[in-house]
Amino acid sequence: MGALILTPEKVTRLEKLLEDYLISAGVSLALLIDEAGNILVSQGSSREVDTTALAALAAANFGATNQIAKILGEEDFSILYHKGKKDNIHLSKIREDLILVTVFTDEVPLGLVRLKVSQLAKELEKV
Amino acid sequence: MALIDLKKREIYCKIVYYGPGRSGKTTNLLYIYNALPDKFKGKLLTIETKGERTLFFDLLPLSLGKIKDLDIRLQLYTVPGQAIYKPARKVVLKGADGVVFVADSLRIRREKNKESLQDLKEHLMEWNMDIHEIPLVFQYNKRDLGEMGIPILSIDELQADLNAELQAPYFEAIAPKGVGVFETLKTISKMSVRYIAEKYLKQG
Repeated sequence: MGALILTPEKVTRLEKLLEDYLISAGVSLALLIDEAGNILVSQGSSREVDTTALAALAAANFGATNQIAKILGEEDFSILYHKGKKDNIHLSKIREDLILVTVFTDEVPLGLVRLKVSQLAKELEKV
Repeated sequence: MALIDLKKREIYCKIVYYGPGRSGKTTNLLYIYNALPDKFKGKLLTIETKGERTLFFDLLPLSLGKIKDLDIRLQLYTVPGQAIYKPARKVVLKGADGVVFVADSLRIRREKNKESLQDLKEHLMEWNMDIHEIPLVFQYNKRDLGEMGIPILSIDELQADLNAELQAPYFEAIAPKGVGVFETLKTISKMSVRYIAEKYLKQG
């Protein structure tokens, strides 16, 4: 396992991609995190959200779900979605070691988020 | 797997406190957390199950010093020690840059220590990490119990059981009183940062 090295250029590009695909679609918060729970880039208004804790828990959540998948004989589950009263969260695996965390309200349709996330995933592959 | 952010000029380093259930991993983190001034620490996150045991992890991002003008941020995690939480331990170990093995000095916990170390080796291997390569420090906790007449293992016995082959640095500790806690943290931080620097920043 190598280190992820983020150059300023890369960060700027990643931030712009999150902005263009997710924030402009109405998503309130988007985080790109690694499997250890570190935040690579984040965009959007986080209100009082503790993004460090959110990232660590999201990574752990993914890891736990991965183990559930193994119990069921699946390789893994690539998408997780949790629905709340106000906020919803969508977690999506991008490549082997990255997870995209998207927080959005009911005003944004889940289908749109899924579409944008999958389009963005393709773009992220190139960075 | 370390994360190096050249824009924010920060290195993130994940250190995991590992060991059998009730060996004092969370006590270590709580002591560190309470001893540090606010400017050095983020929020402490604890997930507890019934019986007040750590189910997932505690997270404590600390800022300490610089390396090659990059700020170092440590993220400290513990794992749930109880045997049934094996999958959870594996999850927390993912991407670790250093491990502190907190061993229980109680004589009756001798086998639990050995089982837990074996468990650590296996999980690391599953993530393609070698216990001989990853920075590792042993902490022999609960050293004060001997004085109360409770049978404890000698340091020689603990070393022979756990560290004979690995030859990692070790510290004696009484975690609730803070004895050995910061010595352990300092050593694992230094080792982890050096490990990251040698591995990834050589050309930088």
